[in-house]
Amino acid sequence: MAGERILVAKVGLDGHDRGVKVVARILRDAGYEVIYTGLFQTPETVAAAAVDEDADAIGLSMLSGAHMTLAPLVVEAVRARGADIPVILGGTVPDHDLDDLTAAGIAAVLTPGTTAEDIVAEVQRVLDASGVH
Amino acid sequence: MTSPTESPRAQWERAFNASPSRDAEFTTLSGIPLDPVYGPEDGEFPGQYPYTRGPYASMYRSRLWTMRMFAGFGTADDTNWRFKEIIRAGGTGLSTAFDMPTLLGLDSDDPMSLGEVGRCGVAVDTLADMEDLYAGIDLGEITTSMTINSPAAVIFAMFVAQAEKAGVSRARLGGTLQNDILKEYQAQKEFVFPPRQSMRLVRDTIDFTAAEMPRWNSVSISGYHIREAGSTAVEELAFTLANGFAYVELALAAGLDIDTFAPRLSFFFNAHIDFFEEIAKYRAARRIWARWMKDRYGATDPRSMQCRFHTQTAGVSLTAQQPEVNIARTAIEALAGVLGGTQSLHTNSMDEALALPTEKAARIALRTQQVIAHETNTAHVADPLGGSWYVESLTDEVERQAEEIFAHLDALGDGSMLEGAIKGIEENWFQGRISDSAYDLERRMNAGQRITVGVNAFTEGNEEAQIQLLRITNEDEQRQRKRLDAVRADRNSRQVEEVLERLRVEAADPEINLMPTLIDAANAYVSIGEMMGTMAGVFGRHVEVPSI
Repeated sequence: MAGERILVAKVGLDGHDRGVKVVARILRDAGYEVIYTGLFQTPETVAAAAVDEDADAIGLSMLSGAHMTLAPLVVEAVRARGADIPVILGGTVPDHDLDDLTAAGIAAVLTPGTTAEDIVAEVQRVLDASGVH
Repeated sequence: MTSPTESPRAQWERAFNASPSRDAEFTTLSGIPLDPVYGPEDGEFPGQYPYTRGPYASMYRSRLWTMRMFAGFGTADDTNWRFKEIIRAGGTGLSTAFDMPTLLGLDSDDPMSLGEVGRCGVAVDTLADMEDLYAGIDLGEITTSMTINSPAAVIFAMFVAQAEKAGVSRARLGGTLQNDILKEYQAQKEFVFPPRQSMRLVRDTIDFTAAEMPRWNSVSISGYHIREAGSTAVEELAFTLANGFAYVELALAAGLDIDTFAPRLSFFFNAHIDFFEEIAKYRAARRIWARWMKDRYGATDPRSMQCRFHTQTAGVSLTAQQPEVNIARTAIEALAGVLGGTQSLHTNSMDEALALPTEKAARIALRTQQVIAHETNTAHVADPLGGSWYVESLTDEVERQAEEIFAHLDALGDGSMLEGAIKGIEENWFQGRISDSAYDLERRMNAGQRITVGVNAFTEGNEEAQIQLLRITNEDEQRQRKRLDAVRADRNSRQVEEVLERLRVEAADPEINLMPTLIDAANAYVSIGEMMGTMAGVFGRHVEVPSI
């Protein structure tokens, strides 16, 4: 990895920002360039920011239970802009939602307790799979 | 009456004898009789300034803590049903969790509410929802807590309106409004208006309750969310008490006498997994609050100096891996709260690292409190760790470190803790400290310096299928929107416009207390989004500058 750009975002009304900030620092320390959108974004504003910032991946942090509604909308909004930026979801996601999220185009899901090492490995896997070099 | 020659123990004994005793056998399991408290003749006793050992002389000998389980999901009907379950299961207080749109003052049909309605709590749009939420529950008897901050004045207006419609006068209502906006900017991040405008609404609610609602706690000054956002125990304690000082200065600046409102300020702390540090934190909190209230703010009523608090076990300490182990974590944390002398307690459910709790998980969490209360005998003796060299020393150290933070904020505000708190928010000082502490803990865990069972050690069993979780469907969101449509169609729209216009005019005049108009608006079935939107037109909206 070398300086790929990752946009981390909070979509919807969820104000829990501990996780997104910790993950942002983990990724920054691992050598990625990290951009944080701040709170209360919509799928549209996240997709627009990812395209404008030329992001290589989007990381969504969701702890309010709205992931099944909002995460797929982010994927749609990215695709609607003709972009192919992979979307990674982190947060309190129960196992029973995983298949539907994959079907909706989410590239990876990071659940509570994932170690820093695994976060970086998973993000890199997604970047490699999407052909970013 | 205190006589100068009377020893602290004799004074305590008099106060204790004047307190009621609950019906229990105060011995060990083997029959050894237990004193209500232990300590030297001339030491500090519970109920004595600076209240290190507890706010009351008799503590749990008179009354156990209130087992106040936080609940809310779906529509008002769903949550009303859960409340009644809690009461049937032996819960002794109610605590209301609102959903994200409500917490941010949005209607359920706002575009930003998509996917969030009824998920993290109950959806409340209008008085009609509030009526359903507490239907069949006697609010003159049971006390109610509401976790709401930015729109606290609006939700409180709806609460008062529905109680009075149900025949309970506002003076009889007992409970707590969280109403702690400062920690929203610092930690929980559910803000709407800019800090100074929000503080005006806090002032209005303090002023209103001081005048009209003697049994109501106007602000629950909350460290819980500060800790959950990643702070250390000392930061939790210091930021929370500093916010408390800020509210005191706010009310003093509004011309209120300290002893008219300070007795109704209460606190809310986290019970994290470091057992003794938590107990030291609670003891230090009581001592610091008492000293500052007396020495700096000139309180004379002892009740103004007594730090009373609610405790909740630490959500962040729960793991998604092997969730049953969370029952053990929660039990240990709850015990710290009890040994620390909490006035009320919420115990988290084992499944909350993944979802809102199922009824079964919530019942186990309540049962955990009942085991502590009725089986362990730990409530027989007040401040059982007082006098421990370890706990006393830790209490002193926590207090010393907290005082350093107060000194920083006092300097930041040029001698005003109110200004210090607001400037600390505007300059991202609190937010930065919290993020740094969160990252520091994460680094230590990743380096293996801290073990979390099931996460970075002892992972056998992690591969088992996930336990049964509560699922909230999108049908609730649809139902809630239809309900709001029906309320809007049914109300007197001229009355709605009239009261909103009055709210707009009064919001622009900081001398006016907005509570009476908000209650009128609630009674006219004006929605939360309409009231908050009208005020935002005058106050503006707060935007946080994102920082990692």
